[in-house]
Amino acid sequence: MLLIECPFCGARPELEFVYGGEAHIARPAADADLTPGQWAAYLYARSNTRGVHAERWRHTRGCGRFFNALRDTTTDQFIATYEIGQARPPSVPAQKIP
Amino acid sequence: MNASGPQESAQPNRLAGAGLIDRIRPLSFQFDGKRYTGFDGDTLASALLAAGVRLVGRSFKYHRPRGILTAGSEEPNALVELRSGSRREANTRATVVELFEGLEARSQNRWPSLALDVGAVNSLFAPIFVAGFYYKTFMWPAVLWEKLYEPVIRRAAGLGRASTEADPDTYEKAYAFCDVLIIGAGPAGLAAALSTARSGARVILCDEDFLLGGRLNGERYEIDGVSGPAWTRQVEAELRASPETRILRRTTVFGVYDGGMSGTHTFAALQRVSDHLAIPPAHQPRQRLWRIIAQRTVLAAGALERPIVFGGNDRPGVMMASAVRTYVNRFGVIPGRHAALFTTSDDGWKTAFDLAAAGVRLAAIIDARSVVAPVLTEEAKRLDTRVFCGAQVVDAHGSRALERITVREDAGRLSQLQIDTLAVSGGWNPNVALCTHLGGRPRWSDAIAAFVPGDVPRGMAVVGAAAGSFSLKDALREGAAAGAAAAEATGFKSVKHREPRVTDELTAVVPLWCVSESKTKAFVDFQHDVTREDVALAAREGFSSVELLKRYTTLGMATDQGKTSSLNGHAIMAALTERAIPELGTTTSRPPYTPVALAAFAGVHRGKHFKPTRLTSGHAWAEGRGATFMESGEWLRAQWFAAPGETDWLTIITREVRAVRSGVGVCDVSTLGKIDIQGEDAAAFLDRVYINLFSTLPIGKVRYGLMLREDGLVLDDGTSARLAPQQYLMSTTTANAAKVMRHLEHARQVLWPELDVQIVSVTEQWAQYAIAGPNARRLLERLLGDAIDVSNAAFPYLACAEFSWRGVTARLFRISFSGELAYELAVPARYGDAAIRAIMSAGEDFGITPYGIEALGAMRIEKGHVTGNELNGTTTAADLGLGRMMSKKKDFIGRVLARRAGLADANRAALVGIKPTDKSARLYAGAHFLTLGAEVSLQNDQGYVTSVAFSPMLGHWIGLGLLVRGQERLGERIRAHSPIRGGDVDVEVVASVFFDPEGARLQS
Repeated sequence: MLLIECPFCGARPELEFVYGGEAHIARPAADADLTPGQWAAYLYARSNTRGVHAERWRHTRGCGRFFNALRDTTTDQFIATYEIGQARPPSVPAQKIP
Repeated sequence: MNASGPQESAQPNRLAGAGLIDRIRPLSFQFDGKRYTGFDGDTLASALLAAGVRLVGRSFKYHRPRGILTAGSEEPNALVELRSGSRREANTRATVVELFEGLEARSQNRWPSLALDVGAVNSLFAPIFVAGFYYKTFMWPAVLWEKLYEPVIRRAAGLGRASTEADPDTYEKAYAFCDVLIIGAGPAGLAAALSTARSGARVILCDEDFLLGGRLNGERYEIDGVSGPAWTRQVEAELRASPETRILRRTTVFGVYDGGMSGTHTFAALQRVSDHLAIPPAHQPRQRLWRIIAQRTVLAAGALERPIVFGGNDRPGVMMASAVRTYVNRFGVIPGRHAALFTTSDDGWKTAFDLAAAGVRLAAIIDARSVVAPVLTEEAKRLDTRVFCGAQVVDAHGSRALERITVREDAGRLSQLQIDTLAVSGGWNPNVALCTHLGGRPRWSDAIAAFVPGDVPRGMAVVGAAAGSFSLKDALREGAAAGAAAAEATGFKSVKHREPRVTDELTAVVPLWCVSESKTKAFVDFQHDVTREDVALAAREGFSSVELLKRYTTLGMATDQGKTSSLNGHAIMAALTERAIPELGTTTSRPPYTPVALAAFAGVHRGKHFKPTRLTSGHAWAEGRGATFMESGEWLRAQWFAAPGETDWLTIITREVRAVRSGVGVCDVSTLGKIDIQGEDAAAFLDRVYINLFSTLPIGKVRYGLMLREDGLVLDDGTSARLAPQQYLMSTTTANAAKVMRHLEHARQVLWPELDVQIVSVTEQWAQYAIAGPNARRLLERLLGDAIDVSNAAFPYLACAEFSWRGVTARLFRISFSGELAYELAVPARYGDAAIRAIMSAGEDFGITPYGIEALGAMRIEKGHVTGNELNGTTTAADLGLGRMMSKKKDFIGRVLARRAGLADANRAALVGIKPTDKSARLYAGAHFLTLGAEVSLQNDQGYVTSVAFSPMLGHWIGLGLLVRGQERLGERIRAHSPIRGGDVDVEVVASVFFDPEGARLQS
């Protein structure tokens, strides 16, 4: 079981968390003039990163807060967690854990 | 009273004096209905061997007689049905079943009896039961699959029978955290535990056996001048006295799972808390599933001795050499009187010497190696035992058990030996399973001719036999060093201690995978009856990779997962295809290491305990009124309230609906989602999540709202009330309450964190009752008195208020799902029971009728209100006739994508009402619409019926449905066709509101 560092509660077991999709995807502004393709990209296109991925998590069975995390999708290693609205931290390449 | 005769006759193979069994505690048990006696400390296997029972089962495919091969959890042959009735368990390994008084076991896969098995005739047809025979034999004709092949195969293939009764035992889950987890309590694990425990670190030591010690219990080792078991007891005593050390016996660590950073991992372990007892003691689970989170791990899981593949190597009486030693030394049992040894390793010779020490002189030692260390051969000579070097056992013979072997001597001469027991040692395979669960690959070692740990999970040290270090000295040294290092790594100071004195051992091995000259069936995988010929066939037919070999022949796919068979099979394949074993590779080992009962994974979460059952605060009252309940999400809601004598549901809900529409009724609506929304930007927030405006809603008013997903489809509907300038109370459907809450949290926290708005679910904080019908106002006047003015002028349709009633904060909403003059009265949940009783008593003079959700459903269909059936994730606001609610003055979730071509298509199905042309016809939800006269086909599909009800007010069935261009087709006659439920009815398309379309009643 992974321990995930909630920015508000500290390290907690993964059972308390729910994955929330890719992070840093901004909803288009109300007055944005987007093509249907751009809307489709906002809704459906995800990067499917192999390696360090910025994603949303929610501490559902804890404080209920959403936050962002950098996770290496090849090792399942969490590299950093940070609050919604903060810039993505530098992606230190994760060390390989077999 | 048991075992009336002398002990010798009851347990002919029990040695006097020896072993780690308690001879003053005899235990009686039954095998295949016959009574036997063993001792406390026995396994079922050792007790059967002591009693002289050699034949314990029949094999899977050929129904060959099988005996006991090993003394551990890797056992492929001795699978029995244990216990009876609801506790009957199939495929338990007799080698790990602890004997208890009254144990009952039965052999499997035989009919009519173990000795005479009709299925053994399969052996005569062996040529057709080769690898891949299912694929080849049962291909054609296809129609026979269901009728003939599958039932026959299923009957033939079952190993044991599971109980069909409910499991009477309980299972639980537990969590543990430690600095260092030590897996295996053999010499290496005990040494690791000692050095870790002495540092003060938190240690968990697990072993699958019921005794600590591992091989120390099965060998005649001396450590520091005392016997292995005596040394183990000393160590165990010290560990037990160490406050931070926890010893889990009977506990198999069966899987390694994700950890965090820096080497922490989670391990799954199964503790067999009560399996050694007839039934679990009161308040004790049968088994406990542990999740152990450890910063560092020492893997000391030992090694498994491998068989040699030769003809008849599955005959009862052929046994692993180390298992023979275990039975002799640990259990005081000699498996047979006339024994021989077939070995390719120095280690195997210990068996000859241990048997000699127990008073059994071996008929012969057959070592496949031409050159053997003189110290071994000299000892054999001293014991007057014949030694054949460079020789092989070609075939083992016997009908129900081993009687004779054919030996090919060095010079090629064949000779026969009459024996009943053959100990076999093909070398040892390190138990690397737990190293590979996170994807690490093992590495080939030529030195020991086996795979050893390669990439191991970070933070895990592998020691002793598991690492390929087979001498006791190495095991103790490596264990102590790894334990100290693990302690240091977790911040503790390790204490240097003296290395124990042990004697040196010889551990050389030259592998012999397979005896090529065997004339009879030579088994690779005992449990799945995979022979050398099957591997050869796979090679000839091109299934030569380890993965294809496994799937084509089922090698390694049985419940033992190939513990004794995989490497032999791979080595034979490598030789046949002229590749080196490391080049061929090995299959991936995955959790669980040994079988785990599904009940252990379920734990307490079974039946009604799988998920919570939520009860409203009026539940006890509804029960008292004789309500019939149904599940609605996790909630139990009253479906209807049968009056005395009423048995037909339609009669009941017709009465309930008529009572509401003509007088007054009450319905518990507490389960609807309630979300309190507050803050400076609460109004702006609601404008963004609903398609219609809420910032314009006056204080003290309620408005119906619809929310979309960002893709433009409807998410949910409900009303929101404005209680204060910065406070709204949103209601959601019962089913979608959690989903809407998640949606709002995401919008608030992720999409618009800049908005000042807080939300909280208050569903469980408030009890809420709908009071509906022409007499609703008169009832409330009587009930609420001066607390609030409910006159139409002061409290019109869609009004809301919070007020104090009998010293309690209450809320009143004038909203109506039934279409009647109706109110919803909410009180804090703890007053819910009192409130419903007060409502009933105030309504007594008005003939108040409680109604359930079936009557509510019928009334909402009469009114054309949509609910979950229509808000089904495929409909748009326009489909539901609510398109005009979409505000053009603001942005909201789903605004742009609701306008995309596919969702704005005029040909989409839209909500309509239907009624049968023949008023006596019944309608069925799920029926599909067809134009009259059109052929029943997918191309002609015109939509479907979403909801139906018998309308008590109209006297016939009515329905709602989604019909292509439905709004243009009012008055048309179409067909509602339901081949599944049998309905095929002509219906007329009508407006979706059937009753009081002007809404006069709810305004009154």
